[in-house]
Amino acid sequence: MIEPDRIVRTTCPYCGVGCQLNLKIKDEFIYAVEAPFDAAPNYGMLCVKGRYGTDYVRHPGRVKTPLIRVNREEGRSAPPVWREASWDEALDLVADELVRIARAYGGDAIASYASAKATNEDNYVFMKLIRALMGTNNIDHCARLCHAGSVAGLQASIGSSAMSNSIAEMENLEAFIVTGSNTTETHPVISNFLKRAVRQNGAKLIVVDPRRIDMTNFATLWLRQNPGTDVAVFQAMAHTIVKEKLYNPEFIAARTEGFTEYLESLEQYTPEWAESVSGVNAEDIRQAARMYANAGRAAIYWGMGISQSTHGTDNTISLVNLALMCGHVGRSGTGLNPLRGQNNVQGCSDVGGLPNVYTAYRNVADPAARRMFETTWGVSLNPTPGLTATEIIDASDVGKVRGLFVLGENPIMSEPNQPHTRAALEKLEFMVSQDIFINETAEMADVILPATSFAEKDGTFINTDRRVQRCRAAVAPVGNSRPDWEILSDLGRRIEARLDLTMAAGFDYQHPSDIWEEMRHVTPEFWGIDYDRIEREGGVHWPCPSFDHPGTPFLFAEEFPRGKGKFWGVDYGTESEQPDEEYPFNLSTGRVLYHWSGSTMTGRSRLEDIYPEAVCEVNPADAEALGIVTGDWLNVSSRRATITLRALVTTRSPKGTVFVPFHFAEAAANKLTLNRVDNRAKIPDFKNSAIRIEKTTAPEGLDEGYDEHLFDRGAIKDPVQIH
Amino acid sequence: MSNMVTLTIDGLPATVPVGTSILDAAASIGIDIPVVCYHPHLTANGLCRVCSVDVGRRLQAAACVTAVSEGMVVNTRTKDVDKARRTTLEMLASTIDLSEAPHILDLLVEYDADPDRFVGMERRESPVHDDNPFYLRDYNKCINCWRCVQVCAEDAQYTFALNFDGRGFHTFIGTFMGDGMPDTTCVFCGQCVAVCPTNALKPKREFLLEQGVNPDDIFRQTRRGGKRRRKAAEE
Repeated sequence: MIEPDRIVRTTCPYCGVGCQLNLKIKDEFIYAVEAPFDAAPNYGMLCVKGRYGTDYVRHPGRVKTPLIRVNREEGRSAPPVWREASWDEALDLVADELVRIARAYGGDAIASYASAKATNEDNYVFMKLIRALMGTNNIDHCARLCHAGSVAGLQASIGSSAMSNSIAEMENLEAFIVTGSNTTETHPVISNFLKRAVRQNGAKLIVVDPRRIDMTNFATLWLRQNPGTDVAVFQAMAHTIVKEKLYNPEFIAARTEGFTEYLESLEQYTPEWAESVSGVNAEDIRQAARMYANAGRAAIYWGMGISQSTHGTDNTISLVNLALMCGHVGRSGTGLNPLRGQNNVQGCSDVGGLPNVYTAYRNVADPAARRMFETTWGVSLNPTPGLTATEIIDASDVGKVRGLFVLGENPIMSEPNQPHTRAALEKLEFMVSQDIFINETAEMADVILPATSFAEKDGTFINTDRRVQRCRAAVAPVGNSRPDWEILSDLGRRIEARLDLTMAAGFDYQHPSDIWEEMRHVTPEFWGIDYDRIEREGGVHWPCPSFDHPGTPFLFAEEFPRGKGKFWGVDYGTESEQPDEEYPFNLSTGRVLYHWSGSTMTGRSRLEDIYPEAVCEVNPADAEALGIVTGDWLNVSSRRATITLRALVTTRSPKGTVFVPFHFAEAAANKLTLNRVDNRAKIPDFKNSAIRIEKTTAPEGLDEGYDEHLFDRGAIKDPVQIH
Repeated sequence: MSNMVTLTIDGLPATVPVGTSILDAAASIGIDIPVVCYHPHLTANGLCRVCSVDVGRRLQAAACVTAVSEGMVVNTRTKDVDKARRTTLEMLASTIDLSEAPHILDLLVEYDADPDRFVGMERRESPVHDDNPFYLRDYNKCINCWRCVQVCAEDAQYTFALNFDGRGFHTFIGTFMGDGMPDTTCVFCGQCVAVCPTNALKPKREFLLEQGVNPDDIFRQTRRGGKRRRKAAEE
């Protein structure tokens, strides 16, 4: 038996649940991961990624020293040739280039991706560097690609986009809706609490999802709508609630506005109409409406299926309308809960990694907010909101953006329409990537700055229920890698010198807690949270305005940030690419349990053994018509590109829909997707693209793993058959 | 009617809410009752009987699952209780590899148990199952405490991949049709590994490190190496 040298408590680097981990360390090697049974939010539970997927920290492919590209003239898509450089040389080069571009073309020629995987402190320093030194608000991160639709909808309706409940409240649910979230695979530990609510407390679960996800096994009602018809189903539920007078008139009168106008807009959306559009039985819609409205405490949980759509904002608004009319918000166990994806996507947004806001969503266009940051930092700031993630790519394509700083993101894998993204990045004059691995995007960079992983640095993450938790250094950094905040502070000082600028609060931080202190002073919502308090309590839910404030597990008890909740009428319609004769199938993309996003981390861990290849889920009826059986090689083509991967025939996919996970570079789902976005939220439509599939032969140059039957590779199985 | 119950444990009074187990009632007044299969965060089952106590009846009661009652008189360390615990521990030691269960080894010493008392008896033997990248199952070390089965079911994961297999002395933890873990409903959350009291379930990285494999080699050994069609940008 091994006696650990030490056990370090930290926060999981994968999803937004923010599970607490105990890393067991021997000779600077994390040999086992456990979870404390007495600590929120996970109380001893973990999923496969947290418990077994942290070995990427020690992967031999980690970038250990700064790298400078030597074959720049060959173009960014040419196989990169790197030379190792000192930190001084690399950072001076980055500072020189960023300053040169900003001087030549203006600060708005610089754009940046902040990182939902990095700490709050890293992102705060990054946004400060971009806004204060580069003079631009061109900073965004992958929240744009996951919950922008939810954010736009929630901001319009209630004025806040955070999840309104805490994870602990899931026990109190009487009824709840899960929609557009494959919870057991994307938020496994949250799904355990939801399953417990059903199995042990008798809560009624309504799943609204085209895919037969595992949560349907626990559902009282499963509404299987046609992909993209979410609004029809929710509007018809609202219609039923109104017709049967199941709404909450006191709540509507006291806390909301616009109900009367909304009623008029609702008239046409009968369940029968919804059935004709969505394919969901009208009586099931009525039942779902009654179940939700009549429950004492009901909440809604949703994921990418709602937001990643050209009508993601409408999807969200139609859910908010349901909650407002039933008064299912503002009490424990009721609320509106967009399940956040990344470990710190909430935090990265909260600390201002967005083009239009500073910390805690203070608008850059608001003079008072801007003045506070101008006073604290001692520079004047740009009042114009910057470009969003997808707009950065488009602006690079037309030469408006010339320099790009990518902090711990992989837009090549995560942005839609990969050929377009690649072509746009090729046009940049300068591109720097700060990451722990050379991912698909970093391969296109001029400079790579090696950062440390979650296990090698201190800081804080904010999980999906707004709980600020610590990330703690457990092992020594590999090679010459440095924590992100330290690299960025160093770079900030170098840029300051070049601009001949001395900021009131500059970049002289000794420890992430110094950064948190500065952030706390400019953000009243964080004022009651500091490192000592997190140390004592494990975590604190913001908003928390003072040290004697307990934190805020559920929001909107008294009022909404916008005052009254607003009912918005929603029109049914879609801008999504629809299947047609040439491309008769609908492509939906998403995740599998064993991988994470572009698989920068999971592809370099043991998880790769259990899920080694991309598969394409096809409904048996479609498969039979095309003569496809599980394991056949398929060409999956859209108007953008073709990818080749093996078929998994399963009733999980509805007829006419094909599902492809977006983790795998060799069969990148985002080569197929379209960069069409929701007009209000700027979120791309990852769940609807028109494609065709055809059988093909195995590609050349496969390694021996592909000799095996698909079901003999790790845990790749038909999830419906096995359950 | 009061929601509280008063009882006597080892001559000391204890007042606890209705429904409290003897184990928790004793803990509330500072009396420790030894446990083996019991885990504070899981459903108690009273399987191992090491927590048996005298409640004045012919049969001893398992403290982890027996609720207190008004006026109950509990004795946690009578001669018979100690003897029962000692025998239980001796039977465990004679049939199962307890080398990585320090907690049980300590109890053997505390109860003056002779691990060789039943020497020569049939031992519970099983091949070591090494069928997935994350953990090993060595049921030679398994005491059938049921914790792994419970967390796989209603206590945490609702996955139902594990259950008892076989009967009587030959009962082992198993999977449906004896399938390897990747062919079951297992999602490799590892909650079972976390609650195993005897290291019968062990993370593979930890196992390899014990075998003296260098951490960098642990990575290379277990990864599928070039088996994925990924561009060879590294390694």
